[in-house]
This record gives sequence, C-alpha cells and structure tokens, in this order.
Amino acid sequence: MQTKQLTFNHRWLPYLLLAPQVIITAIFFLWPAAQAMYQSLLRQDAFGFRTTFVGLDNFTALFADDLYLNALKVTLVFSLGTTLLSMSIALLFAVMVNRMLRSRDLYTTFLVWPYAIAPAIAGVLWWFIFNPSIGILPYLLEMLGINWNHRANGNHAMILVIIAAAWKQISYNFLFFLAGLQSIPQSLIEAAAIDGASRLKRFWTIVFPLLSPITFFLLVVNIVYAMFDTFGVIHATTEGGPAQATNILVYKVYRDGFVSMNLGSSAAQSVILMAIVVVLTVIQFRYIERKVNY
Amino acid sequence: MSSIRIHNLSKVYADGTHAVKGIDLTIRDGEFIVLVGPSGCGKSTLLRMIAGLETITTGDLYIGEQRVNQLEPAQRDIAMVFQNYALYPHMTVYQNMAYGLKNRGWQKSAIEERVRKTAQMLEIEHHLTRKPKALSGGQRQRVAMGRALVREPAAFLLDEPLSNLDAKLRVQMRVEIKQLQRRLQTTSLYVTHDQLEAMTLGDRLVVLNQGQIEQVGAPLEVYQRPETLFVASFIGSPNMNLIPVQAINHPLNQAALATLPQQTDILGVRPDKLLLQPPTTPHIQFECSMTLFEPAGAESHLYMRLCSDEHNLVMRVESMSELFQQPSFTVYAEIQHLHPFNQSSGKRTDS
Repeated sequence: MQTKQLTFNHRWLPYLLLAPQVIITAIFFLWPAAQAMYQSLLRQDAFGFRTTFVGLDNFTALFADDLYLNALKVTLVFSLGTTLLSMSIALLFAVMVNRMLRSRDLYTTFLVWPYAIAPAIAGVLWWFIFNPSIGILPYLLEMLGINWNHRANGNHAMILVIIAAAWKQISYNFLFFLAGLQSIPQSLIEAAAIDGASRLKRFWTIVFPLLSPITFFLLVVNIVYAMFDTFGVIHATTEGGPAQATNILVYKVYRDGFVSMNLGSSAAQSVILMAIVVVLTVIQFRYIERKVNY
Repeated sequence: MSSIRIHNLSKVYADGTHAVKGIDLTIRDGEFIVLVGPSGCGKSTLLRMIAGLETITTGDLYIGEQRVNQLEPAQRDIAMVFQNYALYPHMTVYQNMAYGLKNRGWQKSAIEERVRKTAQMLEIEHHLTRKPKALSGGQRQRVAMGRALVREPAAFLLDEPLSNLDAKLRVQMRVEIKQLQRRLQTTSLYVTHDQLEAMTLGDRLVVLNQGQIEQVGAPLEVYQRPETLFVASFIGSPNMNLIPVQAINHPLNQAALATLPQQTDILGVRPDKLLLQPPTTPHIQFECSMTLFEPAGAESHLYMRLCSDEHNLVMRVESMSELFQQPSFTVYAEIQHLHPFNQSSGKRTDS
C-alpha cells in the first residue's frame, strides 16, 4: 500500500513535534529507570550519611530473603487470580450482552463505567463493602456462618484485593470481548447450529477459539495490570497485610523504599519488575506480530 | 431425501416488517427448486425459515411427513451453503467437513471414510489438511459444498452460493452444482437474485416479489409465459419490452389490437421477437429512432425510442444496419409473440 508522503520544509519542525513525547519519556521513564538501575548497585547506611557501591549484593540479598520470595508468591497468586476472575466474568458478560438486541448499548455503557473510577476509590469502595465491622458482605456472610475478617485472615485479605482489582478491569476486558464477539460472522454460528452443535458446544468449539487472539492479548494486559497497576487498590485496602499476605512486588517496592527507606533494595526490586515487564511485552509483541494462524 | 411442504408460511419481524406473506409451495422429492427475486423480496428469509434459523410467525412447514416448525436446525436433517461459505477459519478442511458428523456422534473411522469420499467427489482431497484461508474462492466454495454434502441430508439449502465468485468461475460452479444435484438426486432449494442462474439451474422456478409468490413453473414455461408484469420484467435478459397500448394505438394497428383480450393496456414483447421486416402473420408495427447500439459478440442490442411517446425499447439484432442511420424506421412484432397485461392488476389478460 502506498502511503502519502508528507514533506516538512522546516528542518526543525519534526523534532519540535516529537519533542513533547520524547521529553516526557525521558523525564518520567528513562531518567528514573537509569536512577533505579544505578541505585540498585548501592547501599546506604541507616541515616543516609554514606553510600557505598556493593555491586549485585542487593539482588543476591533479595533472593535469599524469605519476605521477598513470599512477595513473589503473593504476586503470582494475586495476578493470576485477578486476571482469571476479571477475564472470565468479562467474557460471561460480553456473551450475555452480545445476545441482546435493543438493550445492548445501555448495558455496555453501564458495564464500562467502573473503568472510569480511580483504583484507590475502587479500593475504598470494596474496603467499605468488606469492612468487618460496618461492611454489608461480612454481615451477609455471617448469616452463612462465615466469619469474615480480612484484617486477621490472610486468605480473606487476598480474596478482597483480588475482587477489588478485578472489578475495575472487567470493564476493559468486557469491551474487548464484546468487540471480538461482534466480529465473528453470525453465519459461522448458524452453520455450527445446522451442524448439530449445541449452544455450549458452539461456544467452546467455534466462538472461543476465534476469540483466542483477543484472549491472549487481554491475558498479557491483565497480568501487567495486576502486577504493576494495582498499587492504589492494595494501599487503600490492606496495605500489604495482614502479615505480608497481600504484599505484592509493587507494594513492597514502595514499602521498602519510602517507608523503610531501604533505597538500595527497593531500587533492585524495581529493576527486577522492569525486567518482568520487558519479558511480558516481548511475548505480547511476538505473538501479535505472528497473529493467529487462520 | 424427502419432500418439503410449505403451507401459508409467514414471517413478521419484531419491527413489524412483513418479510414473507403467506407462501404455499410443495417441493417434490429430489427436485431442484430455485427461489429468485430482487433483493428484499423475502427469498433468503424463506430459506432461513426452512433451515430453522428464523422462527416461523404463522403457517406450517413439513420436511418429509414431519412438521418441523418447532425443531432446531440440527434436527431438521438439512444442510446449508452460505453466501460467505461460513467455513470455520480455525479448522482444516477435513475438520470443517467432519464437524457435523462428529457432533452427531459418528465413529472416527466412519467420519474419515465419508469425508474422503466426499472430498474425492469434489476434487478437494489434496486440500484436506489446509485451512480455509489458504484456499482460493472456488476451492472454498467446494469445501462449503462438501461440508453440506458429507452428511447426505434430506435437503440442501443454498443461499446465493455463487455470488462471491468471479463471472467465469460462477459459470463453471453453476454447471457443477447442477451435475452434482442430478447425480445425488437430493431435494435442493437454491436462492439467487440472478435470473440467468435461476433459469439454468432449476427444475422449477419460484419467482418472489415483496414476500409473495408471483409465479411457479419450469424455467422455460416462466420465460415463455410470464403470468405477471413483474415476472415479465424480471426474467429474461435484456428485459422484456413493455409497451403501453395507447402509445401504438394508430390506424395501422387497429385490426391487430382488436384481437387482444379486453383490459389489455400493456403489451410485452421480448427483444428477440422484434422484427425489422414485416412478417406475413398478423402483427403490430411502430416507428422508432435509435438511441444506442451495443455490440455484444454473437448478437447486438439496439436501444431505441418510440417516436410516438418517447418510450424506451430494446431489440436484439444480428448486426448494425443502414436502416438505423435514418431518423426513424419501422419495427414489427407478431401478435402471437405479444404478452398482453393489465397495468392495474399486474396480471396477464389472456389466461
């Protein structure tokens, strides 16, 4: 395909037009990233008087640290839980809304709203709902004989943060799944119906495989979201507790760096996080470049 | 294999559109029926109702002896070929063809045998491991046919299956579909808006217009004796000339026009039945002037205008003639080749 070639007469115009994005990237990403990498090789004493170069000591110390390994495990459980919960509910909603004719737009609008809410607000919302003394859910759960207390029970706390984090992401996933469902030709479903496939079978053998590019894309996006974008949710609800039960990697970076003022270790942790993002991004681009084989 | 009986079938959509208005039709076992009509005439809706993809508002539908109004598409023992083929893009050709058999709980070896047999018949056995994306338009069309054939259903439903192919391939597939249907003797219902496809394929044509049947009959019967003005103008290419009687009502035609049935106010005449020399049989005649000459190879089309009222006509001629250079020339038509119609009822007046 031939694209129209624009020519700039002014030599500096292209640089000028690119400048805002480049400056923002440099100030808010490249510079802090470089700082973090540099700091991850340093150790500061408790009062911040002296800084010594320690090489990779910060990293080796991290992987010998039970608390850090625990945070890794917690992050894994949390991000998988959040991703699976938000994607499966979003897919369910998308399938249901896709079957509607007239009310489709109305439902879509309402289902997208939570996405406009800031993570911290979403966290507070769920914190209220789950609050052991004033929340509505513990009250209802008590009728079922469940004594809900996410302040004492680590599993309860994990369930709380997963629900709070997933809730917001459902909107996003829902939109993608709905668009994906609408791009599947109706005649395919009809052909499958004539071919004797039940409603459930049509979904699993035709619709779901055809959604696989979107599912994969969302899987990566959601894992990235759960690992890096959920600071607000954790901070507003459990603050990593009780007893480290919901202390995910991102939150631990903050706690170690800005609460405990252990800057070297905190920087090393953020470098590891950065490496994880790079890997996830490479996976996604590779896959999307290859597209799906049909 | 079985017959299909349609009794007073109607479809009204939720928005009030009356797509199909009380259709009665009996399709005999093994017959090849073509539903033809302009877009929006309800032909696809009718087909989809028979397939079970649209609910039936009122009326009865029988496949074989069974009333199938309430049955799911899968239980009706029909197979359908879609306009866009609707092949499952993530499955190979083999899996596409095997899908329906698998869903019906066939044994693996039986599926394999049947798919191979069908693929061989359609000459797609070399493509069984490929995905639809890797196939050409014509090959996809064959796979779509194969997927329908493989189950050996009671009836085939084909919804404009050739409209996505280029002109040359369309003619080739048309011939193949007809040969296939002759060989398998499976009751078939074929929807098209292309009157040439309809004429060449069907044992009988069903001409639909605005949700109603205009005429049912063998292709030539419909061509030679259209029962309504709509059928007259729809079937045949170039279109039949429809001339208002008053436009040619001059003394020379008085005697001939008097022999026509009463209430005749439109005369239809095929482009190939117009003559430049006066015939010996009773005829009508009128003055025309040429507007366009269109050579089309074996024959040519002469577009002209009635001198009396600017009415446009088309005529099939062998070649360009000196005659057409003159400001006007006389055109003749034999009485026996005229189709008399009444404008307000839209019906033939000599039936």
